[in-house]
Parts: sequence; structure tokens; C-alpha cells
Amino acid sequence: MTNVGAVQKEKQKGAIARYLERNRATDNNYLLKRDISRIFVGLFTTILLFGLCFLILQPLFHQFSNSIMSRDDLFDPTVMSIPREATLDNYRLAMELMTYWTSLFNTIWVTAFVAVLQIIACTLVAYGFARFDFPLKKFWFACVILTVLVPPQVLRVPLFLNFHFFDMFGLMTLINGEPLMLTNTLSGYLLLSATAMGLRNGLYIFMLRQYFRNMPKELEESAWVDGCGKLRTFVQIMLPDAVPMLVSCFLFAFVWQWTDGFFNSMFLRGYNVMSVQMAALGDTFNFHYIRQIAAITGTHGAAPPIALMEAMISTGVLLGIIPVIIIYLFAQRFFVESIGQSGIKM
Amino acid sequence: MVKPSAKPKRGLTMANKNAISGYIFILPFVIGFIAFMAYPLYQAIRMAFSRVWLIPAESTFGWEWTGLANIERAFTVDADFTEAMVVEILAMVYMVPAILVFSLFIAVLLNRKFAGRGFVRAVFFLPVILASGVLVGIETNNSLLDAVSQQIQDQNAMRAGITGVIETMMENLVGGAGIGEFFEYVLEIINQIYSIAMASGIQILIFLAGLQTINPSIYEAASIEGATGWENFWKITFPMISPMILVVVVYSIIDFMVRTDGEVMEMVYVQMSQMGNFGYGSALAMIFFVAVAAILGLCGLIISRLVFYYD
Repeated sequence: MTNVGAVQKEKQKGAIARYLERNRATDNNYLLKRDISRIFVGLFTTILLFGLCFLILQPLFHQFSNSIMSRDDLFDPTVMSIPREATLDNYRLAMELMTYWTSLFNTIWVTAFVAVLQIIACTLVAYGFARFDFPLKKFWFACVILTVLVPPQVLRVPLFLNFHFFDMFGLMTLINGEPLMLTNTLSGYLLLSATAMGLRNGLYIFMLRQYFRNMPKELEESAWVDGCGKLRTFVQIMLPDAVPMLVSCFLFAFVWQWTDGFFNSMFLRGYNVMSVQMAALGDTFNFHYIRQIAAITGTHGAAPPIALMEAMISTGVLLGIIPVIIIYLFAQRFFVESIGQSGIKM
Repeated sequence: MVKPSAKPKRGLTMANKNAISGYIFILPFVIGFIAFMAYPLYQAIRMAFSRVWLIPAESTFGWEWTGLANIERAFTVDADFTEAMVVEILAMVYMVPAILVFSLFIAVLLNRKFAGRGFVRAVFFLPVILASGVLVGIETNNSLLDAVSQQIQDQNAMRAGITGVIETMMENLVGGAGIGEFFEYVLEIINQIYSIAMASGIQILIFLAGLQTINPSIYEAASIEGATGWENFWKITFPMISPMILVVVVYSIIDFMVRTDGEVMEMVYVQMSQMGNFGYGSALAMIFFVAVAAILGLCGLIISRLVFYYD
């Protein structure tokens, strides 16, 4: 053993000596200086990046530790982040109040359905803008940008009115005898999605257009010369090459649709989608608590203490976003790849 | 009989055919825009110039054209609006450059090879989820916490930031004479680092993607010629990435301005949803929107002149 150790030591010594010798051969200790500065830069980068990671993750850690605390721990000022007795009570209650499993199931299929529709529509539109010349092209593209630019707060009331009494230029009254009510129906939002008017669809159109624009034109030209129609060229030649970009646009659409409060509360309230449930959890818990206290005292209830409320909301947020975070972690590597290929430029 | 192919050419030219297929492809958008967007947009603009009130019995609105009264009120009567708008625009003036620098810096770091890169990248993209939709400000978004949140914010606003101690120390060093505007600005940004990190998810992604399109052989050639990392950054990376800077600036400005917890946006929301002043709320939003569009146009004009296109 000692023999082996000695040999290794000898070898190491040899390595260091050789390194120093190589260093001496360079001007001005160049090698040593370079390697030391490399080590320092590496150390600095690591500390900085992992520190910033902690900064981003810290609220999640805080929410997690809040969510597994029992009531005693929540009220105990000596308990900061690690609970004395971990419990899943908060999760049980939050799941009950959010009707978790039904809303999870509903949210998954509704969101996926809507996101697929949006991406199909956006891809078609983006391809049209990328490859064809037609009159008023600039005008229509400006309209695309406009849909991204105008904040939804401005359109909240007019949009609601428009969909609550949906009557496209009197067409619906003509057919139906009365305007259609599209708010609070899935079909209303499906219509919006199929016509590329959903959440941030202008952005997806922009990204996909850049992607298609950067693809070589020769591909389509040769397909066209061989007698391939426009639609077939699009489906068989262009789409397969655009898969990474389509996947990342789909992921953006899925994730943002999942957390969105604007369209979800206008159209999909009836489906108990996750974002609506998450946003309402504070008030739901409030009523639940007041009712519980009232049942005990027999007279009147009391609002829940802030610590409890915070723990409940933390639990709800975690429950609500864990599914998307899991999907996202697996899929995020597509993002860099595909956006890199699109070469987004203006 | 003449064969059909020998007939004089009739029908559509190539360009016309192209135009028709182009319109067929963008048809979904055209229909959607006309059916769902154009009318609400028109109504929002009309609201800004009218007095609008709810008629609950018929669940419709009453309209009265008032011309520029709403806009006049916003600038001359309302004490809060102009101030909020100026504050918001000033905040943008320092937040957007900070986001730009931060995301470029992080993207350059994330582009290097190191252990745990996949994990770090995933974490830096997390704000795409965490800072979106209902998750923004969800902690205070209920009737109970809404009441106390202002109090909590006031307490936190007192020099409890990361740099509060440094600021006090520096002030003591120079004998309590204040530390100069530049340092205040830097310290302010350091205090805002969490907001900046949360606002830079997509921007880091765009820069990272841009960095990966740069041909590595350019760097190779430069380092053989003896260029240092610093020179590499300013002479290769920065010019090559400059088209992305334009995209990032435009995206950041829009994202910052229309975020739901912005002061002006909150004002619009309060006017529209809580006080029922639909006309006035709409007018505020329109004024703000015009201001943002002007800033965007200006930034776009300036930056697009400085952008370097490799190809």
C-alpha cells in the first residue's frame, strides 16, 4: 500500500514539477496566470449562477415549507422554514377546496386541445406570411403585432360584451333570431383559438414566421416543380422540418394557457380550470374557515389568520403548477434548439 | 380542333395564384381579426370618448358621446394618473436596460460548458411559468390579504433591502452627504434583482438561442490571433447578437408595460371593474397605450440603426 501511495505521490510531484517547468518555458508566467484566472472565473460563475438559481427557487422553497407545516408550526415564531412536524393536512384541504382531481383532468384536456388548435392556426398563418406575397400583407401583419401590443385590460369589457351577445354584423340574429352567448362556453374559446386570436397568439405567429422564413426556399421550389401542390408542400415538406419550433410554441401555448387568468375566467369558468381555482382559493378558504368557525361557536365565524391563509395559498399554487413544471422541465431543451434555428431577427 | 394546351393563356397569373394561396393560409387570422378583434377594438376606442354606464336590468351599456372629456379629465383633473404614468415610464427606463444587461450576461454564462448546466438553464427558464398569468401577485389576491398587503409593503419598503446596510455604510463614510445618483441607481437595481430575474426568462432564452447561431470558428480564429475573452465579447459576440437586442428590447418594453401589477394597469382595472367607469378607464388605457407605442417606435428606430446584420 505504502509503495503504491509513494509511487502516486512521486507521480503527482512529477506532474506539478512538469507543469512548473512548462510554465517557466512561457513568457511572463503566462501558463500559470492563465490557469489561475480560469479557475477564478469558473468559481465566480458557479457561485453567481447557483446563487441566482437559489434566488429564483427560494419562493418555491418557502411555499413548500409553508405548505407542509401543521397549524402549530405556522403559529410558532421559532419555526422558520423547517417544520417540527410535517403534515399533509394542507394538501388534503386544498385538494378538497379546489376539487383538485376533476379540475386537473379538465385543465389538462382543455388546455391541450386549445393549445393544439392555436398552434395549428398560427402555423398556417405564419406560413402564409412567410412565403407568399399578397396585397395588404403589411397591413395584416401590423394587425398581428397589434394583437400582441394591446393590453387585455383595455379589451376586457368590449370583448366580454362582444362575446356575451355574439352577433357578427347581425349575422347571428339573421340565422338564429337572437345573438349567441359565447362567454362561459368552451366553444367560444375554441372559435378564438382556431382563428389565432387566443392568448399571445400574435407572438407565436411572429416566431413561426421567422422560422419558416429562414428555411431554404429551394426545398419548396423543387417540390413545386415536381408537381406538388401548395398545401401538400406545406404539410409534407415544411412541417416535418419545423417540428422543434412547433413543439416549443406548443409548450409556450400550453404553459401560458394553464396559468392565464384572462381568457380562462372569461370562457372556461364552468370547467373549473386550474388558474381560476388557484386565483379563487384564497377566498374559497376564507368562506370555508368562516363556516367552520361558525359551526363550532354556533353564532358567527371569524376570518382565518394570515399565516393559515398564506400556507393555504402556497399549497394551492404548488398543486396548481407542479404538473406544468414537470412537463416544462422535460421539454425545455427544445426551446433553445428551435429558437436558435429560427434566427429571430427584425 | 385546337387542343386545350394550345389555347391562348387565360386565367390567373403566377402572382395572382400566389396571392390567393397566401390569403387562404392567413384566412384564419383574417376571419378571427374581423370577427372577434376589430369590433372590440373599435368599441374600446369609442368608449374612451364616451360616458358609458351599465344598465343592469337589460345587462347592456348606455353610451353618450363626450368627445375629449375623458382625456381632459385624465390630464387635468385626475391627480394620480399623470404621476403614475410618469413613474411607470421612468421605471421602464431603468428596468428595461437592466433586464437587457442581466439577460445577456446570464445567457453568455449559460452558453459556456460547466457541470450542472442543464439544471441551471431549466431554473432560469422557470420564470416563464412563475411570472405569468394568475401567479403574479396571487398571495395578495384575495379579500383578506388585500387589506393588509399595503401595510406589509410599507414595512418592507423601509431600507430592508439587500443593499440597505451598504448604503448606510457608504453614507457614513462620506459623512452623511448622500452617495450620488449613480450609486443609488446601481443599488436600486441590485435590490430589484429578483424582479429582474423573474422578468428575464424569455429574454435569456432568445439571447441563448442567438449565441448558439454564432459560428465557433470565428472565435477560434480570433483566439489564434491572440484576442482575449473581453475582446471576443465586444468584437464578435456583441455585434453578432445585436439583432436579438432589438427583439429583446421590444419584448421587454411590452412585457413590462402590460404586466398586470403595473400601477397604470391597476388603475385601469380599478376604474373598469370596481368603479364602473368604463369610459374613463378605457381612456386611461388608450393614453397609456399611445405612450407605449411611441416609446416602442422610438426605441425601434434608434436600435435598428445600430444593429449589425452579418448576412
